Amino acid sequence: MANETTNAMQTATPSYETPQEEYVLKTENLGISFGGLKAAQNVNLRIKKGALYGLIGPNGAGKTTVFNMLTGVYKPTTGKFFLCGEDLTGLDQATINKKGIARTFQNIRLFNNMSVIKNVLIGLANQPEYKCNLVQSIFRTPRYYETENAMRNEAKSILSVFGLLEERNQLAYNLPYGKQRKLEIARAIATRPKLLLLDEPAAGMNPQETEELMETIQFVRKHFNVTVLLIEHDMKLVSGICEELTVLNFGETLAAGETKDVLSRPEVVKAYLGDE
Amino acid sequence: MSNKFTRYVSNVKSKYKLKYHITYYILIAFTLIFTVISLTGGMKRSSAFLLEQIGYSIILAVSLSLVVGFLGELSLGHAGFMCLGAYFAAYFQNALAPDFTKSLPLLSLIVAMLIGGLVAAIFGFIIGLPALRLKGDYLAIVTLAFGEIVKVIFENARAFGGAFGMKNAFRFDTDFLFIVIFLTAILTVAVVNNLIRSKHGRAITAIRDNEIAARAMGVNVSFYKITVFVLSAFLAGIGGALFAASSNSFSSKTFDYNYSINILVMVVLGGMGSINGSIIAATVITFLNVKLAATLTGNLAALKNLIYALILIGMVIYNNAPKLKDFRAKYNLRNLWSKLYAWLHKLFCKKKPVDDPAAEKADEGDWSKIPTKVEMDAILSTDLTPDTNYTPDKPDKPGKEKGGEQ
Repeated sequence: MANETTNAMQTATPSYETPQEEYVLKTENLGISFGGLKAAQNVNLRIKKGALYGLIGPNGAGKTTVFNMLTGVYKPTTGKFFLCGEDLTGLDQATINKKGIARTFQNIRLFNNMSVIKNVLIGLANQPEYKCNLVQSIFRTPRYYETENAMRNEAKSILSVFGLLEERNQLAYNLPYGKQRKLEIARAIATRPKLLLLDEPAAGMNPQETEELMETIQFVRKHFNVTVLLIEHDMKLVSGICEELTVLNFGETLAAGETKDVLSRPEVVKAYLGDE
Repeated sequence: MSNKFTRYVSNVKSKYKLKYHITYYILIAFTLIFTVISLTGGMKRSSAFLLEQIGYSIILAVSLSLVVGFLGELSLGHAGFMCLGAYFAAYFQNALAPDFTKSLPLLSLIVAMLIGGLVAAIFGFIIGLPALRLKGDYLAIVTLAFGEIVKVIFENARAFGGAFGMKNAFRFDTDFLFIVIFLTAILTVAVVNNLIRSKHGRAITAIRDNEIAARAMGVNVSFYKITVFVLSAFLAGIGGALFAASSNSFSSKTFDYNYSINILVMVVLGGMGSINGSIIAATVITFLNVKLAATLTGNLAALKNLIYALILIGMVIYNNAPKLKDFRAKYNLRNLWSKLYAWLHKLFCKKKPVDDPAAEKADEGDWSKIPTKVEMDAILSTDLTPDTNYTPDKPDKPGKEKGGEQ
């Protein structure tokens, strides 16, 4: 009975329901202004399920601001955004993370004084099957041991995917740069996101490491079944793995569409290289 | 049911590590030793009092280390929570239920501890609220102000004895009080340790390491900050209740800024984020304080703070001195244990592991391969005259070349 009624409701508004299913992330005129400065406005992203979507633009275009709005660091002043059709506008960071958006940072923000495996365990802590409240933890009830062992096993399996299993007891601070980047992605993946936001994952990497990172991102997307939205300046990486792009310039959308198509557009070239 | 139980036991066994539990063993061992001494009547009153002081100092240091060492927030009002605990516990024991205290001293003390802890925890919650918005120095100022406010309020509260202080008429048996205090200290250490080694503890340390990243990873920062403040205040309140129990009378002047700093010194000296360090530092500093106060009397009493400060400065400076580090690396407990183990092994197991003599000889052979006499003739006969046909590549100097072309 219930199914029938929902079906009836869906058929009543088909034009509204079907596209929402298709998009993991959908933003509607998302924008924020700090006083008079419009850092981003009218950002309309449509990211399909399982896609690898790129967000590019010159410095100061508002790319990271968009990320900050999507993760709840800033509250957007205009517009809304939806994750799998659910409106997440204005929620706080922890709640948005629980709903399924995880991110990495432009300048690495690991928990430096904690071991590698603990970094991943932080990400896992919010999963419903690892629920173990304060009292259970303090008094070490059976629940504590069960969840703790299960968490560690999952953390190890995640780390092995990223090739960090050997270093799991090292402090995160002591890892080499490339591995720190990987650990940050691993930590984000541990929160089991539907949408993974990568903020300049290839920054500061040499070509070989970038190549490796491209493979990692491709693999992660398939293995963990996530949709990836990434900010990147490295055009080789962008053109290599992104299926679709949105180009921002001065907080506004300059172009959006298929990667090859977008990168060859004159206005994009102009924004990056300037007038001839 | 039994299956569940065996699984639980195996889980406990798999998680068990000696290094995590050695603190408990040491504390329990000390408690037992002193209990035996006390039972045989070999304990002086002053020694028992010193043990009491060490006991509640450990509780206070460990509870403050939760805020300072693990959450990473500076709190300068820990004596305020202690003061609340002390006054409410003493008030319960002496004014509210004197008969109960007389008939059942231990139960009354436990109830008083809980009351003191709960009152302090309520105020911990109140102080935790600004901690959500304030950071670093600003929070330190708020907590400092809180400590002073509590002190002044009790100084002027008639019900609590006012400026004369609170009299503790029904004291717990002084021969056994330190056992209660030590057991409470062990319990406190266990609670804090268990919290820190759980996912909640990891979340708390994550907030300390990087709050922005912690938020982005779904850590409920507000919840954990409040929780830490409440738990820390609760334990400090219990420490205060025990302080009250160990003194005949006390006034709120004791719980001044200096006392808070003293607790902070224990945490900092023991190493931020190290519970064992806090325990050791609490013991050492309390011992030092009490002994200095006892030895320096009369005119020399003024020197007490000076010497105390000098010792602390010396400890901080020379804690990381390379020679001292080497010394510690050489003579630490772990090495001592392995040496003892080797010695015992040698003593009881006659079969000594024998090195392979053939391997030893082969090793020696490597040395013989090194030429002892270098044949100088061969070296001297080499032709060192410069090769005249060789023309080195001219370095590219684009400016000059261009000039030549032109």
